Amino acid sequence: MPWRLLRFGLSKKHPEPRMFTAHDTLKSSYDVVIIGGGGHGLASAYYLARDHGITNVAVLEKGYIGGGNTGRNTTIIRSNYLTPEGVKFYDKSVQLYQDLSTEFDLNLFYSTRGHFTLAHTDSAMRTMRWRAEVNKHYGIASEVVGPEEVKRSTPQIDLSCGGHAPIMGALYHAPGAVARHDAVAWGYGRGADMRGVEIHQQTAVTGIEVKGGKVVGVHTSRGFISTGKVICAVAGSTPRITDMVGVRTPIYIHPLQAMVSEPMKPWLDSILVSGSLHIYVSQSARGELVMGASLDPYEVHSTRSTLDFPEGLAAHLLDMFPFLSHTKVVRQWAGMADMTPDFAPIMGLTPVEGFYLDSGWGTWGFKATPVCGKTMAWTAVNDKPHELITGFSLDRFRNYSLTGEKGAASVGH
Amino acid sequence: MKLMTCPINGTRPISEFVYWGEIRPAPDANTCTDDRWADYVFNRNGAPGVKKEWWCHTPSNTWFIAERDTEKDKVLRTYLHGDDK
Ligand SMILES: Cc1cc2nc3c(=O)[nH]c(=O)nc-3n(C[C@H](O)[C@H](O)[C@H](O)COP(=O)(O)OP(=O)(O)OC[C@H]3O[C@@H](n4cnc5c(N)ncnc54)[C@H](O)[C@@H]3O)c2cc1C
Repeated sequence: MPWRLLRFGLSKKHPEPRMFTAHDTLKSSYDVVIIGGGGHGLASAYYLARDHGITNVAVLEKGYIGGGNTGRNTTIIRSNYLTPEGVKFYDKSVQLYQDLSTEFDLNLFYSTRGHFTLAHTDSAMRTMRWRAEVNKHYGIASEVVGPEEVKRSTPQIDLSCGGHAPIMGALYHAPGAVARHDAVAWGYGRGADMRGVEIHQQTAVTGIEVKGGKVVGVHTSRGFISTGKVICAVAGSTPRITDMVGVRTPIYIHPLQAMVSEPMKPWLDSILVSGSLHIYVSQSARGELVMGASLDPYEVHSTRSTLDFPEGLAAHLLDMFPFLSHTKVVRQWAGMADMTPDFAPIMGLTPVEGFYLDSGWGTWGFKATPVCGKTMAWTAVNDKPHELITGFSLDRFRNYSLTGEKGAASVGH
Repeated sequence: MKLMTCPINGTRPISEFVYWGEIRPAPDANTCTDDRWADYVFNRNGAPGVKKEWWCHTPSNTWFIAERDTEKDKVLRTYLHGDDK
Protein backbone atom coordinates (compact mmCIF):
# COMPACT_ATOMS: atom_id res chain seq x y z
CA MET A 1 0.00 0.00 0.00
CA PRO A 2 2.67 2.66 0.81
CA TRP A 3 4.35 1.89 -2.54
CA ARG A 4 1.13 2.42 -4.38
CA LEU A 5 0.56 5.67 -2.53
CA LEU A 6 4.09 6.83 -3.29
CA ARG A 7 3.73 5.98 -6.95
CA PHE A 8 0.46 7.87 -7.01
CA GLY A 9 2.03 10.88 -5.33
CA LEU A 10 5.00 11.03 -7.69
CA SER A 11 3.19 10.26 -10.92
CA LYS A 12 2.33 13.21 -13.12
CA LYS A 13 -0.34 11.22 -14.91
CA HIS A 14 -2.36 10.32 -11.80
CA PRO A 15 -2.95 6.64 -12.48
CA GLU A 16 -6.18 6.55 -10.42
CA PRO A 17 -9.29 7.97 -12.09
CA ARG A 18 -10.96 10.73 -10.08
CA MET A 19 -14.52 10.28 -8.81
CA PHE A 20 -15.80 13.31 -10.74
CA THR A 21 -14.88 15.38 -13.74
CA ALA A 22 -13.75 18.87 -12.73
CA HIS A 23 -15.29 21.45 -15.07
CA ASP A 24 -13.39 24.69 -15.53
CA THR A 25 -16.26 26.72 -16.89
CA LEU A 26 -19.99 26.98 -16.43
CA LYS A 27 -22.15 26.78 -19.54
CA SER A 28 -24.40 29.75 -20.27
CA SER A 29 -27.54 27.63 -19.90
CA TYR A 30 -28.79 24.32 -18.54
CA ASP A 31 -32.13 22.50 -18.75
CA VAL A 32 -32.14 22.07 -14.97
CA VAL A 33 -30.03 23.72 -12.28
CA ILE A 34 -29.85 22.00 -8.90
CA ILE A 35 -28.81 24.13 -5.95
CA GLY A 36 -26.97 22.08 -3.32
CA GLY A 37 -24.55 19.19 -3.78
CA GLY A 38 -25.73 17.18 -0.80
CA GLY A 39 -27.22 13.71 -1.15
CA HIS A 40 -30.61 15.10 -2.19
CA GLY A 41 -29.30 17.37 -4.95
CA LEU A 42 -26.96 14.72 -6.34
CA ALA A 43 -29.66 12.03 -6.23
CA SER A 44 -32.02 14.35 -8.11
CA ALA A 45 -29.33 14.85 -10.77
CA TYR A 46 -28.71 11.11 -10.97
CA TYR A 47 -32.36 10.21 -11.55
CA LEU A 48 -32.87 13.11 -13.99
CA ALA A 49 -30.09 11.62 -16.10
CA ARG A 50 -30.81 7.94 -15.56
CA ASP A 51 -34.61 7.80 -15.55
CA HIS A 52 -35.48 10.77 -17.74
CA GLY A 53 -32.47 11.15 -20.05
CA ILE A 54 -32.01 14.78 -19.01
CA THR A 55 -28.27 15.34 -18.79
CA ASN A 56 -27.86 19.04 -19.49
CA VAL A 57 -27.94 19.57 -15.74
CA ALA A 58 -25.68 21.51 -13.38
CA VAL A 59 -25.39 20.80 -9.66
CA LEU A 60 -24.11 23.95 -7.93
CA GLU A 61 -22.47 23.46 -4.55
CA LYS A 62 -21.11 26.40 -2.62
CA GLY A 63 -18.69 24.28 -0.59
CA TYR A 64 -17.79 20.69 -1.27
CA ILE A 65 -19.95 17.68 -2.06
CA GLY A 66 -21.64 16.18 0.99
CA GLY A 67 -20.24 18.89 3.28
CA GLY A 68 -23.69 19.89 4.52
CA ASN A 69 -26.05 17.79 6.58
CA THR A 70 -25.36 14.78 4.36
CA GLY A 71 -21.87 14.48 5.84
CA ARG A 72 -22.98 15.44 9.37
CA ASN A 73 -25.83 13.08 10.06
CA THR A 74 -25.99 9.96 12.17
CA THR A 75 -27.22 7.87 9.22
CA ILE A 76 -30.26 6.14 10.70
CA ILE A 77 -32.46 4.65 7.99
CA ARG A 78 -35.96 3.41 8.81
CA SER A 79 -39.56 3.63 7.66
CA ASN A 80 -41.64 3.15 10.84
CA TYR A 81 -43.23 6.59 10.73
CA LEU A 82 -46.70 7.61 11.87
CA THR A 83 -48.62 9.06 8.93
CA PRO A 84 -49.61 7.01 5.87
CA GLU A 85 -47.92 9.62 3.64
CA GLY A 86 -44.68 9.27 5.58
CA VAL A 87 -44.72 5.48 5.86
CA LYS A 88 -45.24 4.94 2.11
CA PHE A 89 -42.60 7.48 1.21
CA TYR A 90 -39.87 6.25 3.59
CA ASP A 91 -40.62 2.63 2.72
CA LYS A 92 -39.87 3.38 -0.93
CA SER A 93 -36.58 4.93 0.16
CA VAL A 94 -35.57 1.90 2.23
CA GLN A 95 -36.33 -0.29 -0.80
CA LEU A 96 -34.20 1.89 -3.08
CA TYR A 97 -31.30 1.74 -0.60
CA GLN A 98 -31.13 -2.06 -0.85
CA ASP A 99 -29.78 -1.96 -4.41
CA LEU A 100 -27.63 1.14 -4.31
CA SER A 101 -24.24 -0.45 -3.53
CA THR A 102 -24.61 -2.68 -6.58
CA GLU A 103 -25.99 0.10 -8.73
CA PHE A 104 -23.08 2.44 -7.85
CA ASP A 105 -20.44 -0.28 -7.68
CA LEU A 106 -19.49 1.39 -4.41
CA ASN A 107 -19.79 -0.09 -0.93
CA LEU A 108 -22.23 2.03 1.09
CA PHE A 109 -21.64 -0.12 4.19
CA TYR A 110 -25.41 -0.45 4.39
CA SER A 111 -25.92 -2.36 7.61
CA THR A 112 -29.33 -3.60 8.76
CA ARG A 113 -29.29 -3.55 12.56
CA GLY A 114 -32.82 -3.46 13.91
CA HIS A 115 -34.13 -0.25 15.49
CA PHE A 116 -35.69 0.08 18.96
CA THR A 117 -37.63 3.21 19.92
CA LEU A 118 -37.80 2.92 23.70
CA ALA A 119 -40.92 3.90 25.60
CA HIS A 120 -40.66 5.01 29.23
CA THR A 121 -44.24 6.22 29.75
CA ASP A 122 -47.79 5.06 29.08
CA SER A 123 -48.30 7.76 26.51
CA ALA A 124 -45.15 6.75 24.66
CA MET A 125 -46.37 3.13 24.64
CA ARG A 126 -49.64 4.33 23.13
CA THR A 127 -47.81 6.13 20.32
CA MET A 128 -45.71 3.00 19.67
CA ARG A 129 -48.86 0.86 19.34
CA TRP A 130 -50.37 3.40 17.01
CA ARG A 131 -47.24 3.50 14.87
CA ALA A 132 -46.99 -0.30 14.79
CA GLU A 133 -50.57 -0.58 13.51
CA VAL A 134 -50.10 2.06 10.79
CA ASN A 135 -46.80 0.43 9.79
CA LYS A 136 -48.25 -3.09 9.62
CA HIS A 137 -51.14 -1.82 7.54
CA TYR A 138 -48.61 -0.71 4.93
CA GLY A 139 -46.65 -3.95 5.12
CA ILE A 140 -43.73 -2.63 7.16
CA ALA A 141 -42.02 -4.86 9.74
CA SER A 142 -42.86 -3.08 12.97
CA GLU A 143 -44.04 -4.35 16.33
CA VAL A 144 -44.32 -3.42 19.98
CA VAL A 145 -42.03 -5.48 22.20
CA GLY A 146 -41.51 -5.73 25.96
CA PRO A 147 -38.44 -4.82 28.02
CA GLU A 148 -37.17 -8.45 27.85
CA GLU A 149 -36.66 -8.16 24.10
CA VAL A 150 -34.71 -4.95 24.55
CA LYS A 151 -32.53 -6.69 27.13
CA ARG A 152 -32.05 -9.71 24.87
CA SER A 153 -30.80 -7.55 22.02
CA THR A 154 -28.66 -5.34 24.25
CA PRO A 155 -27.76 -7.09 27.54
CA GLN A 156 -25.64 -4.12 28.68
CA ILE A 157 -28.66 -1.85 29.09
CA ASP A 158 -29.95 -0.76 32.50
CA LEU A 159 -33.68 -1.28 31.97
CA SER A 160 -34.50 1.04 34.87
CA CYS A 161 -32.40 3.84 33.30
CA GLY A 162 -30.90 4.87 36.61
CA GLY A 163 -34.22 4.26 38.35
CA HIS A 164 -35.99 7.34 37.08
CA ALA A 165 -37.17 6.31 33.60
CA PRO A 166 -37.81 2.55 33.53
CA ILE A 167 -38.23 1.12 30.03
CA MET A 168 -41.81 -0.13 29.60
CA GLY A 169 -41.38 -1.46 26.08
CA ALA A 170 -40.30 -0.42 22.63
CA LEU A 171 -41.29 -0.17 19.01
CA TYR A 172 -39.07 -2.64 17.16
CA HIS A 173 -38.34 -2.15 13.48
CA ALA A 174 -36.19 -4.96 12.07
CA PRO A 175 -35.22 -3.16 8.80
CA GLY A 176 -33.68 -0.21 10.72
CA ALA A 177 -30.20 0.39 9.28
CA VAL A 178 -27.15 2.64 9.12
CA ALA A 179 -24.96 3.42 6.09
CA ARG A 180 -21.96 5.51 5.11
CA HIS A 181 -23.30 8.95 4.37
CA ASP A 182 -20.37 10.21 2.26
CA ALA A 183 -20.58 7.15 0.05
CA VAL A 184 -24.25 7.86 -0.66
CA ALA A 185 -23.42 11.38 -1.88
CA TRP A 186 -20.36 10.23 -3.81
CA GLY A 187 -22.17 7.31 -5.42
CA TYR A 188 -24.98 9.51 -6.66
CA GLY A 189 -22.48 12.15 -7.74
CA ARG A 190 -20.33 9.75 -9.71
CA GLY A 191 -23.38 8.14 -11.32
CA ALA A 192 -24.68 11.56 -12.40
CA ASP A 193 -21.24 12.67 -13.60
CA MET A 194 -20.83 9.50 -15.70
CA ARG A 195 -24.11 10.30 -17.42
CA GLY A 196 -23.08 13.83 -18.34
CA VAL A 197 -24.32 15.95 -15.42
CA GLU A 198 -21.92 18.74 -14.43
CA ILE A 199 -21.06 19.07 -10.75
CA HIS A 200 -19.62 22.47 -9.85
CA GLN A 201 -18.17 22.75 -6.37
CA GLN A 202 -17.15 26.09 -4.85
CA THR A 203 -20.04 27.67 -6.76
CA ALA A 204 -22.61 29.53 -4.67
CA VAL A 205 -26.00 30.64 -5.92
CA THR A 206 -26.34 34.32 -5.03
CA GLY A 207 -29.65 35.20 -6.68
CA ILE A 208 -32.47 33.80 -8.78
CA GLU A 209 -33.93 35.67 -11.73
CA VAL A 210 -37.73 35.46 -12.00
CA LYS A 211 -39.70 37.04 -14.89
CA GLY A 212 -43.49 36.99 -15.10
CA GLY A 213 -43.66 34.49 -12.24
CA LYS A 214 -41.23 32.09 -13.93
CA VAL A 215 -37.63 31.18 -13.21
CA VAL A 216 -35.34 32.33 -16.02
CA GLY A 217 -31.90 31.91 -14.50
CA VAL A 218 -29.62 31.94 -11.50
CA HIS A 219 -26.79 34.24 -10.45
CA THR A 220 -23.78 32.45 -9.08
CA SER A 221 -20.41 33.40 -7.63
CA ARG A 222 -19.06 32.48 -11.08
CA GLY A 223 -21.55 34.31 -13.27
CA PHE A 224 -25.10 34.07 -14.59
CA ILE A 225 -26.69 30.90 -15.97
CA SER A 226 -30.04 30.80 -17.73
CA THR A 227 -32.43 27.96 -16.95
CA GLY A 228 -36.16 27.40 -16.71
CA LYS A 229 -36.03 24.88 -13.88
CA VAL A 230 -34.36 25.07 -10.50
CA ILE A 231 -34.44 22.36 -7.84
CA CYS A 232 -33.53 23.78 -4.44
CA ALA A 233 -32.05 21.13 -2.09
CA VAL A 234 -30.04 23.16 0.40
CA ALA A 235 -31.37 21.93 3.79
CA GLY A 236 -30.29 24.49 6.43
CA SER A 237 -29.86 27.26 3.84
CA THR A 238 -33.40 26.96 2.45
CA PRO A 239 -34.78 30.26 3.81
CA ARG A 240 -31.87 32.16 2.22
CA ILE A 241 -32.77 30.72 -1.18
CA THR A 242 -36.56 31.03 -0.86
CA ASP A 243 -36.03 34.70 0.06
CA MET A 244 -34.35 35.12 -3.36
CA VAL A 245 -37.64 34.21 -5.09
CA GLY A 246 -39.96 35.76 -2.49
CA VAL A 247 -41.54 32.45 -1.44
CA ARG A 248 -42.61 32.39 2.23
CA THR A 249 -42.31 29.10 4.15
CA PRO A 250 -42.66 27.94 7.78
CA ILE A 251 -39.07 26.67 7.80
CA TYR A 252 -36.92 27.68 10.74
CA ILE A 253 -33.32 26.69 11.42
CA HIS A 254 -32.01 25.17 14.63
CA PRO A 255 -28.66 23.40 14.94
CA LEU A 256 -28.64 19.66 15.53
CA GLN A 257 -25.51 18.31 17.14
CA ALA A 258 -23.94 14.86 17.25
CA MET A 259 -20.81 13.22 18.61
CA VAL A 260 -18.81 10.00 18.50
CA SER A 261 -16.90 8.11 21.16
CA GLU A 262 -13.51 6.50 20.87
CA PRO A 263 -13.71 3.18 19.00
CA MET A 264 -14.38 0.05 21.03
CA LYS A 265 -15.03 -3.64 20.42
CA PRO A 266 -18.39 -4.35 18.80
CA TRP A 267 -21.03 -4.67 21.52
CA LEU A 268 -24.03 -2.66 20.31
CA ASP A 269 -25.73 -4.33 17.40
CA SER A 270 -29.06 -2.51 17.44
CA ILE A 271 -29.90 1.14 16.99
CA LEU A 272 -31.47 2.51 20.19
CA VAL A 273 -33.58 5.64 20.46
CA SER A 274 -35.23 7.17 23.49
CA GLY A 275 -37.48 10.18 23.12
CA SER A 276 -37.79 10.66 26.88
CA LEU A 277 -34.03 10.62 27.45
CA HIS A 278 -33.43 12.66 24.26
CA ILE A 279 -30.87 10.27 22.92
CA TYR A 280 -30.13 7.90 20.12
CA VAL A 281 -27.09 5.69 19.69
CA SER A 282 -25.62 3.10 17.35
CA GLN A 283 -22.16 1.63 16.87
CA SER A 284 -20.39 2.30 13.60
CA ALA A 285 -18.37 -0.17 11.56
CA ARG A 286 -15.28 1.52 13.01
CA GLY A 287 -16.44 0.76 16.56
CA GLU A 288 -17.30 4.32 17.53
CA LEU A 289 -20.58 5.01 19.28
CA VAL A 290 -22.47 7.49 17.11
CA MET A 291 -24.74 9.56 19.33
CA GLY A 292 -27.22 12.35 18.99
CA ALA A 293 -29.85 14.16 20.97
CA SER A 294 -32.59 16.75 20.41
CA LEU A 295 -32.36 19.99 18.51
CA ASP A 296 -30.59 22.95 20.04
CA PRO A 297 -33.19 25.04 21.87
CA TYR A 298 -33.00 28.20 19.75
CA GLU A 299 -32.45 29.44 16.20
CA VAL A 300 -28.84 29.64 14.99
CA HIS A 301 -27.55 29.84 11.41
CA SER A 302 -24.14 28.29 11.88
CA THR A 303 -22.59 24.94 12.65
CA ARG A 304 -21.06 25.85 16.01
CA SER A 305 -20.91 23.24 18.78
CA THR A 306 -21.63 23.73 22.49
CA LEU A 307 -20.37 22.11 25.68
CA ASP A 308 -23.94 21.78 27.02
CA PHE A 309 -24.59 19.21 24.33
CA PRO A 310 -22.05 16.48 25.24
CA GLU A 311 -22.74 17.10 28.93
CA GLY A 312 -26.47 16.54 28.59
CA LEU A 313 -26.11 13.65 26.19
CA ALA A 314 -23.53 11.87 28.34
CA ALA A 315 -25.74 12.12 31.42
CA HIS A 316 -28.58 10.40 29.60
CA LEU A 317 -26.34 7.84 27.95
CA LEU A 318 -25.04 6.83 31.40
CA ASP A 319 -28.62 6.29 32.57
CA MET A 320 -28.90 3.64 29.89
CA PHE A 321 -25.32 2.31 29.93
CA PRO A 322 -23.57 3.03 33.24
CA PHE A 323 -20.52 1.00 32.14
CA LEU A 324 -19.60 3.69 29.62
CA SER A 325 -18.58 6.15 32.33
CA HIS A 326 -14.91 6.13 31.31
CA THR A 327 -15.51 6.32 27.58
CA LYS A 328 -13.97 9.31 25.81
CA VAL A 329 -15.70 11.53 23.29
CA VAL A 330 -13.48 12.09 20.28
CA ARG A 331 -15.51 14.37 18.02
CA GLN A 332 -18.59 16.55 18.10
CA TRP A 333 -20.14 18.69 15.40
CA ALA A 334 -23.39 20.31 14.27
CA GLY A 335 -25.56 20.72 11.21
CA MET A 336 -28.28 23.27 10.46
CA ALA A 337 -31.64 21.52 10.51
CA ASP A 338 -34.45 23.00 8.38
CA MET A 339 -37.43 22.36 10.64
CA THR A 340 -41.15 22.43 9.84
CA PRO A 341 -44.11 22.75 12.24
CA ASP A 342 -45.45 19.25 11.47
CA PHE A 343 -42.11 17.41 11.17
CA ALA A 344 -42.88 16.48 7.56
CA PRO A 345 -40.83 17.82 4.63
CA ILE A 346 -41.83 20.52 2.13
CA MET A 347 -41.48 19.20 -1.41
CA GLY A 348 -42.65 19.99 -4.89
CA LEU A 349 -44.07 23.00 -6.69
CA THR A 350 -44.06 26.56 -5.38
CA PRO A 351 -45.87 29.75 -6.41
CA VAL A 352 -42.88 30.49 -8.71
CA GLU A 353 -43.06 28.46 -11.91
CA GLY A 354 -39.98 26.31 -12.42
CA PHE A 355 -38.83 26.64 -8.80
CA TYR A 356 -39.05 23.28 -7.04
CA LEU A 357 -38.41 22.79 -3.34
CA ASP A 358 -36.89 19.76 -1.64
CA SER A 359 -36.69 21.08 1.91
CA GLY A 360 -37.88 20.87 5.47
CA TRP A 361 -35.73 17.80 5.93
CA GLY A 362 -34.77 18.83 9.42
CA THR A 363 -33.28 16.00 11.41
CA TRP A 364 -34.66 13.11 9.35
CA GLY A 365 -33.74 13.49 5.65
CA PHE A 366 -30.75 11.21 5.15
CA LYS A 367 -32.92 8.11 4.97
CA ALA A 368 -35.02 9.84 2.33
CA THR A 369 -32.12 10.67 -0.01
CA PRO A 370 -32.92 8.08 -2.71
CA VAL A 371 -36.67 8.65 -2.78
CA CYS A 372 -36.22 12.44 -2.75
CA GLY A 373 -33.95 12.23 -5.77
CA LYS A 374 -36.40 10.02 -7.58
CA THR A 375 -39.54 12.02 -6.84
CA MET A 376 -37.91 15.45 -7.32
CA ALA A 377 -36.54 14.44 -10.73
CA TRP A 378 -40.03 13.26 -11.76
CA THR A 379 -41.65 16.40 -10.37
CA ALA A 380 -39.29 18.78 -12.20
CA VAL A 381 -39.71 16.90 -15.49
CA ASN A 382 -43.50 16.70 -15.34
CA ASP A 383 -44.10 20.01 -13.58
CA LYS A 384 -46.49 18.34 -11.16
CA PRO A 385 -45.91 16.66 -7.82
CA HIS A 386 -45.04 12.97 -7.87
CA GLU A 387 -47.83 10.97 -6.22
CA LEU A 388 -45.61 10.07 -3.26
CA ILE A 389 -45.07 13.71 -2.31
CA THR A 390 -48.52 15.25 -2.61
CA GLY A 391 -48.88 15.18 1.19
CA PHE A 392 -45.73 17.31 1.52
CA SER A 393 -46.69 20.35 -0.55
CA LEU A 394 -46.03 23.89 0.63
CA ASP A 395 -49.75 24.56 0.12
CA ARG A 396 -50.67 22.55 3.19
CA PHE A 397 -49.76 25.52 5.35
CA ARG A 398 -52.27 27.68 3.53
CA ASN A 399 -55.03 25.09 3.82
CA TYR A 400 -54.36 23.99 7.39
CA SER A 401 -53.91 20.39 6.15
CA LEU A 402 -50.74 19.49 8.00
CA THR A 403 -49.07 16.06 7.87
CA GLY A 404 -48.51 15.46 11.61
CA GLU A 405 -45.36 13.39 11.79
CA LYS A 406 -44.01 14.65 15.10
CA GLY A 407 -44.85 11.48 17.02
CA ALA A 408 -42.37 9.58 14.87
CA ALA A 409 -39.76 12.14 13.90
CA SER A 410 -38.66 14.28 16.82
CA VAL A 411 -35.65 12.66 18.46
CA GLY A 412 -35.91 9.46 16.52
CA HIS A 413 -35.01 10.88 13.11
CA MET B 1 -20.84 28.35 29.22
CA LYS B 2 -22.92 30.77 27.22
CA LEU B 3 -24.33 33.69 29.16
CA MET B 4 -27.32 35.95 28.72
CA THR B 5 -28.27 39.10 30.56
CA CYS B 6 -31.72 39.21 32.08
CA PRO B 7 -32.84 42.85 32.44
CA ILE B 8 -33.95 42.13 36.03
CA ASN B 9 -31.58 39.43 37.31
CA GLY B 10 -28.38 40.23 35.47
CA THR B 11 -26.05 37.82 33.70
CA ARG B 12 -27.03 34.17 34.01
CA PRO B 13 -26.20 30.88 32.20
CA ILE B 14 -28.25 30.53 29.02
CA SER B 15 -29.69 27.23 30.29
CA GLU B 16 -31.90 29.33 32.63
CA PHE B 17 -33.57 30.96 29.63
CA VAL B 18 -36.19 29.80 27.17
CA TYR B 19 -36.43 31.09 23.62
CA TRP B 20 -39.89 32.02 22.35
CA GLY B 21 -39.16 33.06 18.79
CA GLU B 22 -39.01 36.25 16.81
CA ILE B 23 -41.42 39.05 17.68
CA ARG B 24 -44.15 39.06 15.07
CA PRO B 25 -46.99 41.57 15.16
CA ALA B 26 -50.34 39.76 14.81
CA PRO B 27 -52.71 40.93 12.11
CA ASP B 28 -56.24 41.88 13.15
CA ALA B 29 -58.10 38.56 13.15
CA ASN B 30 -61.43 40.24 12.34
CA THR B 31 -60.31 42.04 9.24
CA CYS B 32 -57.43 40.11 7.71
CA THR B 33 -57.81 37.61 4.86
CA ASP B 34 -57.53 33.84 5.36
CA ASP B 35 -54.24 33.81 3.45
CA ARG B 36 -52.77 36.55 5.59
CA TRP B 37 -53.86 34.73 8.74
CA ALA B 38 -52.37 31.40 7.60
CA ASP B 39 -49.17 33.25 6.75
CA TYR B 40 -49.08 34.63 10.29
CA VAL B 41 -49.81 31.27 11.89
CA PHE B 42 -47.25 29.19 10.00
CA ASN B 43 -44.68 31.16 8.04
CA ARG B 44 -41.48 32.41 9.60
CA ASN B 45 -38.54 34.58 8.71
CA GLY B 46 -36.07 31.70 8.62
CA ALA B 47 -33.13 33.59 7.14
CA PRO B 48 -30.21 34.74 9.28
CA GLY B 49 -30.00 38.28 10.61
CA VAL B 50 -30.21 40.42 13.71
CA LYS B 51 -33.61 39.58 15.14
CA LYS B 52 -35.75 40.82 18.01
CA GLU B 53 -36.85 37.80 19.99
CA TRP B 54 -38.91 36.91 23.04
CA TRP B 55 -36.95 35.19 25.79
CA CYS B 56 -37.97 34.20 29.30
CA HIS B 57 -35.75 33.84 32.37
CA THR B 58 -37.56 30.81 33.76
CA PRO B 59 -36.58 30.84 37.47
CA SER B 60 -38.06 34.33 37.83
CA ASN B 61 -40.52 34.16 34.93
CA THR B 62 -39.15 37.41 33.51
CA TRP B 63 -40.19 37.97 29.92
CA PHE B 64 -38.00 40.27 27.90
CA ILE B 65 -36.68 41.05 24.43
CA ALA B 66 -33.26 40.11 23.11
CA GLU B 67 -31.67 41.44 19.95
CA ARG B 68 -29.53 38.63 18.66
CA ASP B 69 -27.40 37.95 15.59
CA THR B 70 -28.59 34.48 14.59
CA GLU B 71 -25.57 33.78 12.40
CA LYS B 72 -22.91 34.61 15.00
CA ASP B 73 -25.17 33.54 17.90
CA LYS B 74 -24.33 36.79 19.64
CA VAL B 75 -26.74 38.61 21.95
CA LEU B 76 -26.43 42.32 21.20
CA ARG B 77 -28.82 43.70 23.80
CA THR B 78 -31.65 42.71 26.12
CA TYR B 79 -34.43 44.86 27.58
CA LEU B 80 -37.95 44.67 28.97
CA HIS B 81 -40.86 45.21 26.63
CA GLY B 82 -41.45 48.94 26.28
CA ASP B 83 -37.87 49.87 27.25
CA ASP B 84 -36.63 50.00 23.67
CA LYS B 85 -35.05 53.43 23.75
C1 LIG C 1 -26.45 15.92 13.47
C2 LIG C 1 -27.47 15.43 12.47
C3 LIG C 1 -27.95 14.13 12.56
C4 LIG C 1 -28.88 13.66 11.64
N1 LIG C 1 -29.26 12.35 11.72
C5 LIG C 1 -30.07 11.83 10.78
C6 LIG C 1 -30.39 10.44 10.80
O1 LIG C 1 -29.91 9.69 11.67
N2 LIG C 1 -31.21 9.95 9.83
C7 LIG C 1 -31.73 10.75 8.86
O2 LIG C 1 -32.48 10.24 8.02
N3 LIG C 1 -31.44 12.08 8.81
C8 LIG C 1 -30.62 12.64 9.74
N4 LIG C 1 -30.30 13.98 9.69
C9 LIG C 1 -30.89 14.83 8.64
C10 LIG C 1 -30.14 14.70 7.33
O3 LIG C 1 -28.75 14.86 7.55
C11 LIG C 1 -30.58 15.77 6.32
O4 LIG C 1 -31.97 15.90 6.29
C12 LIG C 1 -30.10 15.42 4.91
O5 LIG C 1 -28.76 15.03 4.92
C13 LIG C 1 -30.30 16.59 3.98
O6 LIG C 1 -29.62 16.35 2.77
P1 LIG C 1 -29.56 17.45 1.67
O7 LIG C 1 -28.80 16.90 0.53
O8 LIG C 1 -30.93 17.97 1.41
O9 LIG C 1 -28.80 18.67 2.37
P2 LIG C 1 -27.23 18.94 2.62
O10 LIG C 1 -26.45 17.70 2.70
O11 LIG C 1 -27.14 19.90 3.76
O12 LIG C 1 -26.80 19.65 1.29
C14 LIG C 1 -27.16 20.97 0.97
C15 LIG C 1 -25.98 21.61 0.27
O13 LIG C 1 -26.39 22.87 -0.25
C16 LIG C 1 -25.26 23.71 -0.26
N5 LIG C 1 -25.70 25.10 -0.38
C17 LIG C 1 -26.33 25.86 0.54
N6 LIG C 1 -26.54 27.10 0.06
C18 LIG C 1 -26.06 27.13 -1.20
C19 LIG C 1 -26.01 28.12 -2.22
N7 LIG C 1 -26.48 29.35 -2.03
N8 LIG C 1 -25.45 27.78 -3.41
C20 LIG C 1 -24.94 26.54 -3.63
N9 LIG C 1 -24.98 25.56 -2.70
C21 LIG C 1 -25.53 25.85 -1.51
C22 LIG C 1 -24.59 23.39 1.07
O14 LIG C 1 -23.21 23.74 1.03
C23 LIG C 1 -24.81 21.90 1.19
O15 LIG C 1 -23.71 21.11 0.77
C24 LIG C 1 -29.38 14.51 10.62
C25 LIG C 1 -28.93 15.82 10.54
C26 LIG C 1 -27.96 16.29 11.44
C27 LIG C 1 -27.48 17.71 11.32
